[in-house]
Amino acid sequence: MLRTALGKALKGAQLSPKHARVMSQQPKKPEQIEVFIDDIPVKVDPGTTVLQAAAMVGVEIPRFCYHERLAVAGNCRMCLVEVEKSPKPVAACAMPVMKGWRVKTDSEMTKKAREGIMEFLLINHPLDCPICDQGGECDLQDQSMAFGSDKSRFTDIEHSGKRAVEDKDIGPLIKTIMTRCIHCTRCIRFASEVAGVDDLGTTGRGNDMQVGTYVEKMFLSEMSGNIIDLCPVGALTSKPYSFTARPWEIRKIDSIDVLDAVGSNIVVSSRTGEVMRIMPRVNEEINEEWIADKSRFSYDGLKRQRLVTPMLRDNTGELRPVDWEAALLTVAKQIKNAGANVGAIAGGLADAEVLVAVKDLLNRLGSEALCTEHTFPMDGSGTDLRSSYLLNNGIAHAEEADFVLLVGTNPRFEAPLLNSRLRKGYVHNELEVALIGPKVDLRYQYKHLGDGTDVLQQLIGGGHEVSKKLKSAKKPLIIVGSEVLERPDGAAILAVIQKLSASTKAQEGWKVLNVLHKVASQVAALDIGYNPGVDKIRENNPKVLLLLGADEGAIEKADLCDNTFVVYLGHHGDHGATIADAILPGAAYTEKQATYVNTEGRAQQTLVAVTPPGRAREDWKVIRALSEIVGAKLPYDNLNEIRDRLDEVAPHLTKYGEAENANFFKQAQDLAKNVKTQLDCTPLDVKLKDLSDYFMTDSISRASPTMAKCVQAVLKQKQSKF
Amino acid sequence: MANRIFSKITLSKNGYPTISLTLRSLSAGPPPGTPPPQTKIKFGPLADEDRIFTNLYGKHDWRLKGAIKRGDWYKTKEILLKGADWIINEVKTSGLRGRGGAGFPSGMKWSFMNKPSDGRPKYLVVNADEGEPGTCKDREIMRHDPHKLVEGCLIAGKAMGAKAAYIYIRGEFYNEASNMQVAIAEAYQAGLLGKNACNSGFDFDVFMHRGAGAYICGEETALIESIEGKQGKPRLKPPFPADVGVFGCPTTVTNVETVAVAPTILRRGGAWFASFGRTRNSGTKLFNISGHVNRPCTVEEEMSIPLKELIEIHAGGIVGGWDNLLAIIPGGSSTPLIPKKVCEDVLMDFDGLVAAQTSLGTAAVIVMNKQTDIVKAIARLLMFYKHESCGQCTPCREGVHWMNKIIYRFVDGNAKIEEIDMLWEISKQVEGHSICALADGAAWPIQGLIRHFRPELECRMRKFAEVQQRASC
Repeated sequence: MLRTALGKALKGAQLSPKHARVMSQQPKKPEQIEVFIDDIPVKVDPGTTVLQAAAMVGVEIPRFCYHERLAVAGNCRMCLVEVEKSPKPVAACAMPVMKGWRVKTDSEMTKKAREGIMEFLLINHPLDCPICDQGGECDLQDQSMAFGSDKSRFTDIEHSGKRAVEDKDIGPLIKTIMTRCIHCTRCIRFASEVAGVDDLGTTGRGNDMQVGTYVEKMFLSEMSGNIIDLCPVGALTSKPYSFTARPWEIRKIDSIDVLDAVGSNIVVSSRTGEVMRIMPRVNEEINEEWIADKSRFSYDGLKRQRLVTPMLRDNTGELRPVDWEAALLTVAKQIKNAGANVGAIAGGLADAEVLVAVKDLLNRLGSEALCTEHTFPMDGSGTDLRSSYLLNNGIAHAEEADFVLLVGTNPRFEAPLLNSRLRKGYVHNELEVALIGPKVDLRYQYKHLGDGTDVLQQLIGGGHEVSKKLKSAKKPLIIVGSEVLERPDGAAILAVIQKLSASTKAQEGWKVLNVLHKVASQVAALDIGYNPGVDKIRENNPKVLLLLGADEGAIEKADLCDNTFVVYLGHHGDHGATIADAILPGAAYTEKQATYVNTEGRAQQTLVAVTPPGRAREDWKVIRALSEIVGAKLPYDNLNEIRDRLDEVAPHLTKYGEAENANFFKQAQDLAKNVKTQLDCTPLDVKLKDLSDYFMTDSISRASPTMAKCVQAVLKQKQSKF
Repeated sequence: MANRIFSKITLSKNGYPTISLTLRSLSAGPPPGTPPPQTKIKFGPLADEDRIFTNLYGKHDWRLKGAIKRGDWYKTKEILLKGADWIINEVKTSGLRGRGGAGFPSGMKWSFMNKPSDGRPKYLVVNADEGEPGTCKDREIMRHDPHKLVEGCLIAGKAMGAKAAYIYIRGEFYNEASNMQVAIAEAYQAGLLGKNACNSGFDFDVFMHRGAGAYICGEETALIESIEGKQGKPRLKPPFPADVGVFGCPTTVTNVETVAVAPTILRRGGAWFASFGRTRNSGTKLFNISGHVNRPCTVEEEMSIPLKELIEIHAGGIVGGWDNLLAIIPGGSSTPLIPKKVCEDVLMDFDGLVAAQTSLGTAAVIVMNKQTDIVKAIARLLMFYKHESCGQCTPCREGVHWMNKIIYRFVDGNAKIEEIDMLWEISKQVEGHSICALADGAAWPIQGLIRHFRPELECRMRKFAEVQQRASC
């Protein structure tokens, strides 16, 4: 956590030679230098390492400890290559190229060095590949095939055997088999640099060196699962995935995570119609190559508490399984009876397709009572201007910011990958962070300005100590949590923040105002035209209420009339299902090709990894079927057609991968002047304060035994004296 | 001879010492800092008046009073006022090479630091983590002549424009650390250190940092890490410490002896120092002679003295006579051993020992006579390196451990003869592939053993095999 000027210099010195050099050479305009990789000339910037230069001409140098996103350690020595005129091979990952160097990545000396290192790594590595979960996707396996010797001369196996290391218990997510460890220290570097948790380290020296947590404790991080991917061998593997599948048996489908509003890119691995694991997929704009633990490990929640058949509540009050026909007919009858008095509430996991289908259906029935579970202030510009409800500046640019003001949000648990960007900026870019809201642990230092709304007033007035910093910053960000905008005075808070954002002197194109949502569906729902908040439902008291996976308890049975017929369309038997009179089983995000728009306004789509369980169907198709029975047939019969409809409603919803920028900040600010609400004096609060709050936040993760274990482990760790 | 040179240092009117020998060399063709050509052909023994460490055996007072009596702190102010360039040139003239083992020319090393500052302070770090088996020269300096080191820090610090010196002292050296601390305190009290040190207008601090007993912390970058409070694990180079060193600032790490001889060199002139030893190996040097000699000792001698002469004169000869000599490790445990026939006429200097496929190292001569189990002796050294490996990089962590296992089997002969070649190859596979030189230091003794004692190894293996065969019959 040390980050003074001195600390930075140290960091550069110890971890990344590149940084240090850049520091001393900054004033000069770098002139490109020419080097030769296997006689291929390439021009590179000074400070480029041999390994990077080689990558530019497509020569891959083997490595174990080197990782693009972590500091250079240079300790595995696998990347040794010959450089002409150098008596000994150099470590390509750490050595900056010099003018005219001739690097030979395929010479006798290079081959011998690699073979030697492979031999050393293997002498103490157990030959348990057949029972190792990493088998088949193991760097050590692959590289020993490519660069190792074809025979062993480790005669000492007959005399004293191999090293054995005790396994460590670091929590319910990561399984450790430390005998397999090759001491590359990637996990340690990830923990201290990216996750900001300095719990991992080495103890002991020489051959007795061990990677561990010094004292036995859980690796308390919301991003801990990434060390599984980083581990080049099978020392760190996934505990829930252990012994369940082999890499060559599984089918990998690219998809999108929907358990927070970041929209991390993932790969869903499935076998025989079951999700076996979830891993990150590189997307530099969003999640780099990390994902948060909830996204990675809550997939076992997809197999539990599922709604697998349509159900109707009988006259004894029990939900009974029925077939689709009966369910749809009953629901249609209720809707017909209700006439225009039908409402819908969209939950956090609803996709854009179902949102638009429900909207079309209700509009055809003459109803406008379309709500989202999570509210948003409607005063001022409300949701008319997208700039008011998006993370306008984008996730990736957060790391370039020079000053960040967090208002009523805990990005560490609401959007762990945004938090890792902020941490990156903090560590490498002199980013200063201030926070208004409850004092939470963000894993980097920030200035806590208190949790009162009066701080916002002071900031506007310019009388606050950080006002000057905010006003003078070239790249300031104000990130406001959607949670505080749900307060009664949310409109006033947003208006103040809009005013504050406009008062900064941000550089051209830099967007100061950013709203961080907590659920994946919200942006799409607002884009499509849903009304934020359930007030409308409370006021109108619809005869039929359609819940689209609304499980957060925004509306209770008591809020409704006795004769309101509640229809739940969703995939989990959670809060919404308990109050429902009819249940229409839907598909979870791994089971449908569906559109989600993340908090920065980027449309992305999930793909079908497995089929929905039992009689569950893709949500929009259920609505389409229902519409026909109701007699308000929706004009789309397949995915392409409903996507055309999406495109009609809002073209950006089908521009997958692109973040549609919002504008009209000025107009939003002008409209905000009309806001009549006054700031009230209740302190700003967030729900997710502690790691134990993080794991179970939606119907999927609430159904996940792994997430439950995590909560237990965190609570247990809290009682430990370490 | 020394008197003759000393007499040439006269005081000019403004009080600065004028050293005519240097001036003569300056007026001639070669650039400043070029050592005068060596004309001698016989080296050693060193005359008493030419000794730098006059209290090596602790017979006199080691404290400030005694030190001043022996000539320390004499005209330090004038030396400081001569400026960094003069000091560096004089050290270059002296031909002084680092005494820690690698033998890098000190004048050049110091001059790397003597460039305009970029705003960061510069530091001098003195490596007093003397942990190499066989080496015990720095501790003698620190316990019996600590003021030489303190004064050396000040002068070297001036040459580099350093703000402070850190003396990183080995944790086991309790008494030495205690004496050093007293000497530093005395120097501060006498105004020789601190603000306006020696009234020269130069501010300089000296701090002492005690290690915790890890050999690897004697490696310069590991030492820097250790000073910073981290695990003593060597850093990758580049960046070198002269660019990014302790606390991220430019740093020079030098050996105790190198720093401690500097004040005397400057007082008596670089050319005086250069008059000892062969060209490029000049000066006097502390030699530690241990093992099977009649009088193990630490002695200051002229560089390039024949090894045999060194042992005969100062250590009272080999136990059992010269003919009873088996092998000598000439430069501390990490240097390859040399057998008797090489010892006969090898000269104790950098070039002489390199020619004999070994190295001067720290000039710690470990003598082994014919009663030594040479394989076991080398195996024990390997165990030391295995134990002291930091475990950071693969060749050292895995390779040294493996070599240790093999060599211990060799002690009994429990191996096949092909494994000798395998061990040689492994040692080559370790050497030069690691982050720091510890792995090299572990590989060299093995290479020395195989190079010179292969028949011995083979003989043991044959014997072992015979015994095994007989037992199985």
